[in-house]
Amino acid sequence: MIDRTELWIVIIGLGLGSFGLRFAFLGLVGDRPIPAWLMRHLRYTAVSVLPALIMPLIVFPAANDGQPEPVRLTAAVVALGVGFYFKNPLLAMVMGGLTLVGGLYWFA
Amino acid sequence: MDTGDLRSSYLTGLRDGAPFVLVIVPFATVFGVLSKSAGLNVLEALAFSVAVIAGAAQFTALQLMQDQAPTLVVLASALAVNLRMAMYSASLTPHLGHLPLWKRGVVAYLLVDQAYALGIVKYEREPEMTNGERFAYFLGTITPLCPLWYGFTVVGAVVGAQISIENGLDFAMPIAFLALIGPALRTGAHGAAALVASVSALLFAFLPYNLGLLVAALLGMMAGAEIERRREAA
Repeated sequence: MIDRTELWIVIIGLGLGSFGLRFAFLGLVGDRPIPAWLMRHLRYTAVSVLPALIMPLIVFPAANDGQPEPVRLTAAVVALGVGFYFKNPLLAMVMGGLTLVGGLYWFA
Repeated sequence: MDTGDLRSSYLTGLRDGAPFVLVIVPFATVFGVLSKSAGLNVLEALAFSVAVIAGAAQFTALQLMQDQAPTLVVLASALAVNLRMAMYSASLTPHLGHLPLWKRGVVAYLLVDQAYALGIVKYEREPEMTNGERFAYFLGTITPLCPLWYGFTVVGAVVGAQISIENGLDFAMPIAFLALIGPALRTGAHGAAALVASVSALLFAFLPYNLGLLVAALLGMMAGAEIERRREAA
């Protein structure tokens, strides 16, 4: 169970922090230039943070007691592959979801 | 300034943003459902979506709170997921930096992935747009998205109880994220960043408080930036 005080600290803190990140340059920097090395790192945040977040969930799923599990691994490969090949997040989500639900229905 | 131009910019934005409804609706619903299964009530789930409007960060925070990570780690990790917003902010600044402060504040609050992607492409292609037209276009793109983000969070949180972990719900977030990562792997540097971050996340999974996530993300960013720098130098 999530502690209520912690929950509201996170909601408010994350709200303010996210606004701060979004406002940082637009609001405070105005039209002064931003250092190239900083932009170069920021460009790779999404493709670094998102995989780092989900990789342990994919390889060691809690629903299978932390052991690798073929249906989930296959669904992950399908979602990533379809997204990469067709450049279409929605299609990737649907295909990955169908693989997962279908696979669990037939094999689990 | 002719208000007819503002109106047409707004409508163009509305039309360009509309297809993303198909992405926002399922994503918001999944967040609502996961909130419900984590024990949040409808008001709490909605407050989350209104305060943050960033799916990936919301999922991250929810997951880490369920893992009983310390509050500071939850905040740091979820904000790390949102670091890309600072990049969006930086890259829109040359186009929107001349707007009045309150309008820049409005843009900042509403700066989500889809609105950024549409906006930056439009502004670079049509540099003759006035500041007013740019703002109107931005508001147009977000109009179909933001209310649905709130609304379907509520829908998910209300219907949530009917879906359980045996249906593979535990894996909804990984699938949704992979679907976003695939199209984002545009260059070798992006691929290298993702690969380094993935391997590091598994290697550093033993670290307490989910600190492995922050270490892995940092290494991934450094890998991507370094490859880009070498390519430019070559």
